[in-house]
Amino acid sequence: MHRYIPHTADDRARMLDRCGMKSEAELYADVPRELLLGRPYDVGSEMSEKEVRDFFRALDAENRPPQVCFAGDGFYDHMAPAAIPYIISRSEFLTAYTPYQPEISQGTLQYIFEYQSMIAALTGLEVSNASMYEGTTAAAEAMMLCVAAARKRRRVLISATVSEAVRAVVATYARYHGVELDVIPAVADGSVTDRDALRTMLAEGNPVAGVIVATPNRYGILEDYTGLADEVHAAKALLAMTCIAGDLAAIRTPGEWGADIAVGDAQSLGMPLNFGGPYLGFLCTSRALMRKVPGRIVGATTDADGQRVFVLTLQAREQHIRREKATSNICSNQGLMSLYATIYLSLTGPEGLREICEAGYKGAHRLLAALEATGKARAAMPGKPFLNEFAVDTDASADTIIERALAEGILPGVKIGPNRLLIAVTEMQTEADIDRLVNIIANS
Amino acid sequence: MNRTFYDKLIFELSHKGRKGCRVPAAVASDDSTASLPAALRREKPLLLPEVDEPTVVRHYTNLSTNNFGVDTGFYPLGSCTMKYNPKINEEMASLPGMSALHPATPASHAQGALKAYWTLQSMLSEIGGMSEFSLNPFAGAHGELTGLMVIRAYHDANGDTARDTVIIPDSAHGTNPASSAVAGLKVVEVKSLPDGTVDVEALKPLLGPHVAAMMMTNPNTLGIFESRIPEITRMVHDCGALMYYDGANLNPLVGVARPGDMGFDVMHINLHKTFSTPHGGGGPGSGPVGVRKGLEQFLPNPRVVRNDDGTFDLVTTDTALGSVSATLGNFAVQLRALSYILSLGHEGLAEVGPMATLAANYIKESLRDKYLLGVDRVCKHEFVFDGLIDKSTGVTTLNIAKRLLDNGFHAPTIYFPLLFHESLMIEPTETESLETIDAFIDVMREIAREAAEEPEKVLNAPLNTPIRKPDETAAALNPKVTYQDLLANG
Repeated sequence: MHRYIPHTADDRARMLDRCGMKSEAELYADVPRELLLGRPYDVGSEMSEKEVRDFFRALDAENRPPQVCFAGDGFYDHMAPAAIPYIISRSEFLTAYTPYQPEISQGTLQYIFEYQSMIAALTGLEVSNASMYEGTTAAAEAMMLCVAAARKRRRVLISATVSEAVRAVVATYARYHGVELDVIPAVADGSVTDRDALRTMLAEGNPVAGVIVATPNRYGILEDYTGLADEVHAAKALLAMTCIAGDLAAIRTPGEWGADIAVGDAQSLGMPLNFGGPYLGFLCTSRALMRKVPGRIVGATTDADGQRVFVLTLQAREQHIRREKATSNICSNQGLMSLYATIYLSLTGPEGLREICEAGYKGAHRLLAALEATGKARAAMPGKPFLNEFAVDTDASADTIIERALAEGILPGVKIGPNRLLIAVTEMQTEADIDRLVNIIANS
Repeated sequence: MNRTFYDKLIFELSHKGRKGCRVPAAVASDDSTASLPAALRREKPLLLPEVDEPTVVRHYTNLSTNNFGVDTGFYPLGSCTMKYNPKINEEMASLPGMSALHPATPASHAQGALKAYWTLQSMLSEIGGMSEFSLNPFAGAHGELTGLMVIRAYHDANGDTARDTVIIPDSAHGTNPASSAVAGLKVVEVKSLPDGTVDVEALKPLLGPHVAAMMMTNPNTLGIFESRIPEITRMVHDCGALMYYDGANLNPLVGVARPGDMGFDVMHINLHKTFSTPHGGGGPGSGPVGVRKGLEQFLPNPRVVRNDDGTFDLVTTDTALGSVSATLGNFAVQLRALSYILSLGHEGLAEVGPMATLAANYIKESLRDKYLLGVDRVCKHEFVFDGLIDKSTGVTTLNIAKRLLDNGFHAPTIYFPLLFHESLMIEPTETESLETIDAFIDVMREIAREAAEEPEKVLNAPLNTPIRKPDETAAALNPKVTYQDLLANG
């Protein structure tokens, strides 16, 4: 007997009797004897809740989480409204499966519909799936979508200014999926995509299925993609953009740039950092690509009583129907985190999200100006426009700065070179926090 | 769940000027995003709802009452292992020292988190009979894909680059062939015998120097243990290919037998099935991938290692298959699974497989006089009926599934596996009491009686769910997938 396994000795006897068996061993009579483990697992003894708590608290105490977080690189410390964890831990949402039975899953189906609406609005595109694991795998799916849509073409271009993590995962998928992935170089200082090089690559004999660029890019820079979509489309390729969901309230959207596909991370919608997950990835497309989109899509319809209701739709794209011909293998996704994003965007509304972008912009620009004023650090790519994240070159080594800052409870950014940090500011860092970081770097 | 349907969208509760949060004051600055070049700024209005916090909370609370979860009632969904999700796991997944950690936090400041990861991967290795697990994959299908990449990286490292084919039983989960295709591998199906197990004679001619791997779940999707597995793994290994274990059906083996001991080289586990983490309406899951000794170097970057002094580090290597994520995966899901394993210990785990198996056989034996058994053998955690024995009434598996909803149960998995026309796949798990199981059996018998005596009741089901018979054809013909679409279509 265990607190999660309710069968008493009497229950077991009755169940075995119904099966015409005398012991539980008979249930495994068809397992070759040499395959039976025949010993307890070496994982320790059953614990009470107190013992489990003690175990985890001891682990927790071995962490030294910074109180102030200037690290970003896709994942940001944002305000997390108290209402969200409260709602998403309701077990009607938390303990449900994928909504295959729409009659008793309208709660899930309806929030997915709201989610799709909000993410499509953010990216400026027409269709959103629900959902992707996170940004790197979403970008890999975008690459495979380009190849699937192009049918015969197997070549995809990705800009060197896309984040390192995204390029690494896209390269992994390309290697095994059989996609010829070529990197579009950046201009000399690395700051933005070399558009001339891209034009040359598009004009080469080997036709291109898709082009992947980022906004903001790996250094937080907002690249000017004017004319890019036309150039890509003229080569009969698709344009995919990776982005950070929350930024899209302020910056030009993939839809406005003329992109066919938008993918990225939505952790920035107030999700806890949780040492890497669960986060949320998104994938949006133009309506023309709707029937090739990977993963779940919910649509509105009516029921027998004429009520407006929601169902999983266009399922002929998915693995459980199409098997090896499916557009993707994705099945379980980040379901509950899409509810998180939906509630977050409901609470912030358009204005709140804009204010959050504005706070990040002000803080980041103030921080960069103050760092440059110390003479100990300078913009790695001076003069480039950015929202709330930027790269700085520092006199002291990045390791030294990180070590000194951590001693004061500050994670000063992400090291992207021996003397280079990627620093992000959100609404969570106060003026005092910014001043402390400036002091640390000035004195390192 | 509530029988009254709550049908508002959050957009329909919006009133211009309302807000549901207050953003912390920005630092003092005259600068603003207005100084960005116009070409880089968003112009399009942002269609998000404008609602206050009480309205948001009430809206989503009402929405939740349209839903059915494991905490609401019995969820006998075959191959999904919808077991109880312990509440202590939720508490352990939200400790402040864990949840505040940015993934770029240096290892020196995240020792507890790295230790949690390492501890769970070692426990899964013990349970799976493997050498090392990577917890980085985000879900079962992602684990399958990662595992197949491990296999390809292994063959590549041996210069064995012509192996481009995966053999998969015709009863396999849809993700198996789909993951193979994403991994760039061709799929060849091996037929099942009438008893649902792999036809070993049919397998022989499929093997050769072009085969990279064979993918199996054991027990298979009919819930039947593949007793000839030692012979199958030997044949596959003899041709130079590796064996992949789809962990979707691991639950009946917990405490009993290990895929590694059966000869599997690579496997994944669905923490959201076997290890009790909640499904969340479709995720987040977690799909750790384990490998036998000799394949560890191919696991995805980064790996968590324990140093000789007992500290933990992240390492990245060139031998790895590459990376499949930006981070160490769905970390807070991993914490829940660790909490579950600790709560059960070896004593509790030893009961998981046997009790899940006993419950499935008990249901099978209690209904076999009314429902047609696909395969008449001792099953493991799940089994498949091919609809009612008496098919003269016209009542189908879909009708039975919907009638179960009327009676307060979730439906079993239907029309899968594809081996039967009327598949009804039932998996009770070990956490349902005998009273619940008996109540389910009673309802299933009552549905069989209704089908014979008053079939309209079943044919017209569901009769008392909050919504009935949604028009899925219309949804697919004219897709309305956003609120903007609804506005445009009136």
